[in-house]
Amino acid sequence: MKSTMARLALISAAALVAGAALAQDKSVKLGNLNDMSSLYADVGGPGSTIAAQLAIEDSGLVAKGWKIDVVGGDHQNKPDVGSNITRQWYDVDNVDVILDTPNSGVALAVNQITKDKNKVFLNSGAASSDLTGKACTPNTVHWTYDTYALANTTGKAIVKNGGDSWYFLTADYAFGHALERDTEAVVLANGGKVNGKVRHPLNTADFSSFLLQAQSSKAKVIGLANAGGDTTNAIKQASEFGITSGGQKLAALLLFSSDVHALGLNVAQGLTFTESFYWDQNDATRAFSKRFQARNKNGQPPTMVQAGTYAAVLHYLKAMEALGANPRDGAKVVAKMKEMPTDDPLFGKGSIRADGRKIHPVYLFEVKKPSESKYAFDYYKQVAMVPADEAFRPLAQSECPLVKK
Amino acid sequence: MSAATQTGLIPTGAVRHNEMSVFFAMAALLALAPFGIYPFFLMQAMCFALFACAFNLLIGYVGLLSFGHAMFFGFAGYIAAHFAKLGTIDFTIPLIGIGPHINLGPINPAWAILLAVIASAILGLLTGALAIRRQGIYFAMITLALSQMIYFFCLQAPFTHGEDGIQSVPQGRFLGLFDLSHQMTMYYVVLAIFLFGFFAIYRTINSPFGEILKAIRENEPRAISLGYKVDRYKLAAFVLSAALAGLAGGTKALVSQNASLTDVHWSMSGEVVLMTLLGGMGTVFGPVIGAVVIVAMQNYLAQYGQWVTVIQGIIFVACVLLFRKGIIGEIAAKLKTAL
Repeated sequence: MKSTMARLALISAAALVAGAALAQDKSVKLGNLNDMSSLYADVGGPGSTIAAQLAIEDSGLVAKGWKIDVVGGDHQNKPDVGSNITRQWYDVDNVDVILDTPNSGVALAVNQITKDKNKVFLNSGAASSDLTGKACTPNTVHWTYDTYALANTTGKAIVKNGGDSWYFLTADYAFGHALERDTEAVVLANGGKVNGKVRHPLNTADFSSFLLQAQSSKAKVIGLANAGGDTTNAIKQASEFGITSGGQKLAALLLFSSDVHALGLNVAQGLTFTESFYWDQNDATRAFSKRFQARNKNGQPPTMVQAGTYAAVLHYLKAMEALGANPRDGAKVVAKMKEMPTDDPLFGKGSIRADGRKIHPVYLFEVKKPSESKYAFDYYKQVAMVPADEAFRPLAQSECPLVKK
Repeated sequence: MSAATQTGLIPTGAVRHNEMSVFFAMAALLALAPFGIYPFFLMQAMCFALFACAFNLLIGYVGLLSFGHAMFFGFAGYIAAHFAKLGTIDFTIPLIGIGPHINLGPINPAWAILLAVIASAILGLLTGALAIRRQGIYFAMITLALSQMIYFFCLQAPFTHGEDGIQSVPQGRFLGLFDLSHQMTMYYVVLAIFLFGFFAIYRTINSPFGEILKAIRENEPRAISLGYKVDRYKLAAFVLSAALAGLAGGTKALVSQNASLTDVHWSMSGEVVLMTLLGGMGTVFGPVIGAVVIVAMQNYLAQYGQWVTVIQGIIFVACVLLFRKGIIGEIAAKLKTAL
């Protein structure tokens, strides 16, 4: 009897300790690994840290006794710098999840390390559809957009409007290659043809020789398979060379609201492109944008990348809450995220597929004429909406080994 | 510069005894360090330390300022990463589209590093044969020009994957015995490689060959008049330095599991100059300390982004103005010994 009592006491003591340990593990650390100072800094950058902080506030977890921190890091668009920070964060600083990470080259490196260390990677900024294709992992969620969605929406729309011969100006790294590949496939499938392509280094200042090659190709459409500062540079220089006034059409395959702001409506007017979020879509997005702008140093509304970071963090924290405590097991958290339907003020209701692809509608926008713009940052008009189940690559075509066929 | 190298004499027994004790102290410290300090950081620091030591062999003991050492370091990284990951050799001639295609499959990391060393040595032989015909600033410019050519090759060649670099390099089993995916095993393998490289350099500079190199550094015409074929000695030192830089680069590629353009960029050539100057040019241990300081700054100040380069610049200026002999050089001068 005595020994039973002692045993009981021991067990309850052990349970108490275990309970205390579980109760303590309500801490989460998020790392915004981004381009903080170069060509993608306005697309994601410090703004993504703000978005993550807003998501933490809206999750209400801090009031429930959770401790949630965000740290930021600058990968300088170099895969080796990015992977070093990633390792350091995971091994030493106890970071649970890496956010955003524009630049597909860096994102693919982070993707692999995250899988090896069983953490979580919530990608918003990188575009390569390989993240949910052949490089997919059980630890990665790709939130905002990808090259397939861009190609499928913008590419199809332009070919159907008569732009049936293309010349590609491609950023020479993982993202550019993926965007060019996916767009070319759409152009060919819709009866168009590709006259040629040229690849330029990341962060190029002078596009003159590339643009002249594009001009002499006589293609109706010059497809810009690049992003951020590269796209705005190319568009500005194309207008200086008179390429657009000469009858050729520019297709910015990836354009962010920060790029339109940088270009100005005079240069950007009439461009059609694909995004999955625009700050002025409805009351919920406007309310969020107002809060975001108040904290953003340059006063700009959120880009879709920053919005995606917000929504991804919000859903991640919901999954954490559902799990009760931080399990320190990345695959388990992501499995929970996939199991729960998503619902947030910016992207509405949606879901995360087995391959890690977040599903929501995407929109074809056109940049307004200066005369149509009524107030600050009033830049887009919506041309078309592609429903969630058509916007992204069908699971049946996926090369992802996680998809059971 | 140490007292021994200044007079150009073979170090006395006491000095060498000192150096050996410091060497064993360093080895012991490094063997224990991963229990207190993040091992991945230490491994990177050791790779850069070996790189800086290899560079120091040229500038500190032959007096040749190579401004293109990144080509050996970075290119070796690509070779090691490529062979450890894929192991294909494609000699297909562009435009014609024919040529032999060899597939070795992923090879053992030890052989991948060895291939990287051989590739660097060959590259060193080719560039060295050209560059040593000139001295001073012209030598530096030729090495810089050649390393820029290698940089553009690495940017454009298909196997290097341009801006993405070679990623997710498998670590495998070193010589089939040591599982490198285990961080501590990897650490001790890297430590062994580092100590091997370091000791090779130490033996070289204290050998008769090393004495001739120092003689060339101090007074080249006099060395010629004594009957030495100085070009051959310089070339041998250049190839040795390139091969050891390659050893460092190949090892680093396996440690960080990637090979990227950062390591072949000219700024890497500048960084190794900074490491060597900061630690103490022409000292045995200086480059090691210099490399550790620079890598630690890059790691622990990473959150400040581009400010790291500004801080590095300030340190460089301070080093040149205030302690020209470098950290170890100043300590050695204070202790009146060679380190």
